[in-house]
Amino acid sequence: MAPWNVGDQKIPQSRLILFSYVSAALVILLLVGFWKLQVVQSEHYADLADKNGIRPIAIIAPRGAMLDREGRVLVDSYPSFSILLMRDNPKQLEKSLPQIEEGLGISKEDLQQQLDAARSEPKFLPVVIKPAATEGDIAFVESHRADLPVLELIMVQRRRYPFGQMLANTVGYVGEVSPQELEKNPDKYKPGDIVGKAGLEKEYNDQIVGTDGMRRVVVNSVGKVIRTLDNIDAIPGKPIQLTIDEDLQRVAETDFANKEGALVAMDARTGEVLAMVSRPTFDPNDFAVRIPPPEWAALNSDPNTPLLNRAIQAQLAPGSVFKVVMATAMLESKAIPANYTAYCPGSAVFYGRVFHCDHAHGEVDLHKGIVASCDVYFYHVGQQLGIDRIAYYATSLGLGQRTGIDLPSEQSGLIPSEEWSERVNHHKWYPGSTISVAIGQGAVMVTPIQLARMIVTVANGGTLIPPHLLKDAQGLKPGSFPLSEDTVQQLTDAMWGVVNEPDGTTSETVKLQNVDFAGKTGTAQTESFELQNKLGKHLKENGWFIGIAPRRNPEIVVAALVQGAGWGSSVAPIVRDVVKAYYDKKNGTFVQPSTAQNIPPSATSPSLEPVSGAQRP
Amino acid sequence: MKDRPQVQDFDWMLLAIVGAISCLGVIEIYSSTHSSAMAGMQWKQLMWIGIGVVGMFLISRIDYHTLLDQAPVLYMVGIAGLLVVLAVGYSRLGAKRWISLGGQTLQVSELMKLIIIIVLARYFTEVRTDRLTLRDLAKVAVITLVPVGLILKQPDLGTAMVLVPVAFVGAFFAGIEWKHAAVGALLIALLVPLAWNMRRHLKPYQQQRIQTFLHPEEDQRGAGYQILQSEIAVGSGGFWGKGFGKGSQNQLGFVPVRYSDFILASLAEEQGFIGVCVVLLLYLGLILRLVDNAQKAKDRAGMYVVMGVTAILGFHVLVNASMVIGYMPVTGIPLPLMSYGGSATAFVFLALGLVMNVRMRRFVN
Repeated sequence: MAPWNVGDQKIPQSRLILFSYVSAALVILLLVGFWKLQVVQSEHYADLADKNGIRPIAIIAPRGAMLDREGRVLVDSYPSFSILLMRDNPKQLEKSLPQIEEGLGISKEDLQQQLDAARSEPKFLPVVIKPAATEGDIAFVESHRADLPVLELIMVQRRRYPFGQMLANTVGYVGEVSPQELEKNPDKYKPGDIVGKAGLEKEYNDQIVGTDGMRRVVVNSVGKVIRTLDNIDAIPGKPIQLTIDEDLQRVAETDFANKEGALVAMDARTGEVLAMVSRPTFDPNDFAVRIPPPEWAALNSDPNTPLLNRAIQAQLAPGSVFKVVMATAMLESKAIPANYTAYCPGSAVFYGRVFHCDHAHGEVDLHKGIVASCDVYFYHVGQQLGIDRIAYYATSLGLGQRTGIDLPSEQSGLIPSEEWSERVNHHKWYPGSTISVAIGQGAVMVTPIQLARMIVTVANGGTLIPPHLLKDAQGLKPGSFPLSEDTVQQLTDAMWGVVNEPDGTTSETVKLQNVDFAGKTGTAQTESFELQNKLGKHLKENGWFIGIAPRRNPEIVVAALVQGAGWGSSVAPIVRDVVKAYYDKKNGTFVQPSTAQNIPPSATSPSLEPVSGAQRP
Repeated sequence: MKDRPQVQDFDWMLLAIVGAISCLGVIEIYSSTHSSAMAGMQWKQLMWIGIGVVGMFLISRIDYHTLLDQAPVLYMVGIAGLLVVLAVGYSRLGAKRWISLGGQTLQVSELMKLIIIIVLARYFTEVRTDRLTLRDLAKVAVITLVPVGLILKQPDLGTAMVLVPVAFVGAFFAGIEWKHAAVGALLIALLVPLAWNMRRHLKPYQQQRIQTFLHPEEDQRGAGYQILQSEIAVGSGGFWGKGFGKGSQNQLGFVPVRYSDFILASLAEEQGFIGVCVVLLLYLGLILRLVDNAQKAKDRAGMYVVMGVTAILGFHVLVNASMVIGYMPVTGIPLPLMSYGGSATAFVFLALGLVMNVRMRRFVN
């Protein structure tokens, strides 16, 4: 026996038994720990495990197209690819950046800025570094799958406006849902959703928006897709058919090529809008990708307000077009005899002020007052009617209030009255102001679409048609303000005279063969001198022309406003062109204007061709 | 009384438990790796088990008294080996742990575990007292802390820590005074959380160094991420488990080193709480069986050897299982017999060889 191994060999049995008990206790403690995780909290962890390994990938549903009344495509969607940058592996990301900058042609600063902006978001959320990938970009990503795993392609649906600026203010544009909208409708939207921001895109967003689908894929710990778990197809948005007639729209757009203003053409029986123009305008394709902040600022602060839809938002003095309202008030109220005449020496004095007329018209009756647009005649009429009677008829004919067209942000305009003066200006109405109002100046403000409807109401005996852009609009209720047969006859004959009689304000320049074309010109001073100063130029008067055909129970009404036109008579040819196109189409003799093809797409608009080269479902 | 130790005297019950645990390990290694680039790993593990079994038989043939006779020499060899590792060892994953031995790499620190068992068994036997003095304890501390320090320098906190329980368990059976034990326990209870909390007051780069020190193998995403993924695997397994080869955390690679240090998390996910119960009860059975062998040992030397082995294996199981459920930080201590690893598996069988050695000689004079 070795010397180190001598002596007491008693085994400490009790301590060994204690050791066993302690071991058993520790195992039980461990089992309690496992029990807590696997039984008590197992649902929580199962949830986390799912989130780990299952990544939902949204399949974007295309928005529904917008078709014209004959089914032609005005707006549609096309699939496109966005390039995503994964951020969950910072080391690899850092290493890959120079190659990405070069391969995709993104500046270092731009890339860094996008990464910085996303810093506060969870790391597993990628950043969209290129919203509209070109064919070359896609090829780059595909060929560098192995060495640049931080890049990923996703298919998105992008809005396409094939005609660029045409109808832009009416259809509006789309954009990423704003934080405010998200907050208001947390169930409806999720971050990054594309929604209508203006125009019909906004108005009918809920109809044309599809239901995004979802592909759930299983990914491993480094984010590689192992397999597809399930696939819920996207439901494309339903197309909507508009009342717009592409041909008429094109004719109107061509005539407005270098002008500022607005035009609205409607079916005078139903209120269906056939054409709607607003100039200056913008190219909604610019918004379909991502509009760079400087361009957005420029569009918004442009004093020419290209984002404004002037057909429903420009609130301007109607000028002589308002004489139709005056005449209606005179005849319907019978406050003044129908055969009332006045003498026009070229000007008249009311309340100590001289009010001018553009001619010395001599002896003027109601017919001549409208045909030749004699201001002096209507000064007298206005003075005798008084502001409240004028306001009653103007309002009853739909002025100074929204027409209810299916577009967001329609403006109401303003019809002044005694009550309005006291409420807003805090003083009694000055009777002298009535003289200006009588010829559609002063505080009177209307929109082009209001004037179009007003003229139709006079011509059809008092039915206020409901303007609308959706072809199968439901629940439209026309307004009613019955007018007497005599009134309708007198006024429509007078408006026919404007176009067809030798002393009419259009000097017989816009007569149409075989078409019972009537209308009324208007020339209005632009009320805001501040705006003129801001633009640094003197604005010429706004020219109006509202035309109808036929003169009684008209089929079509076209209201046009050309800002800075000088005279309303110079606007009449635009209206004539649209009316003529309407009848040409009806008679089967319509020919597209040759300049129609020359509407240039905006220089900044992206390629309209869908990218190809990568797989697409 | 028999004259010669017989192989029939092996603890077959103990070996059955060991076989069952090894089997579960091989199966889980297969499940964790079969669909990855590491497919086929279970065969390598089986090979190591085979080598281990052979080593176990060999080591059981040499009388443990002979081994204890050579304790000082073995200790010197072990220390020298650790120094060689530090000087010329293989670097793998940022730590120097391996030396090349005939084409195979060998972790000297695993060998040191066996040596420390033998050396401390010899020391405690030689002290020959029921009351350890502070002086005795100081000697134990020096014997233990020299290799611990060398292994820490590799750095390998896990293996270094594993040597300490041999000293504690030995001291416990040698008759440590309660007041010494109490002071020691108190010191550890105070020091560990203090050291753990201190790290938050360090500068980020220093924290990073400590993090790397604590688990250098793979720290791409931080220790918190590993523990969380392990907990998710365990928790999502539920009571019955997701089924063999069906654990998403395991199969998709979210469980860190799922075939080795975190193999219990893989098993917990696929076999559920039931599977964990089976495994932990098998380990408890193993420990109780080892204690039984210690109780029947012929002399104190044998008892110290067996309880040294028990201390190391028990500590491995306790720390590894606690880590998997987030009760302890990640330190790289594998689960004996289940985690994939050549040196570690071989060590366990050699250690069991020592136990068999003691058992076979319980009736021999």
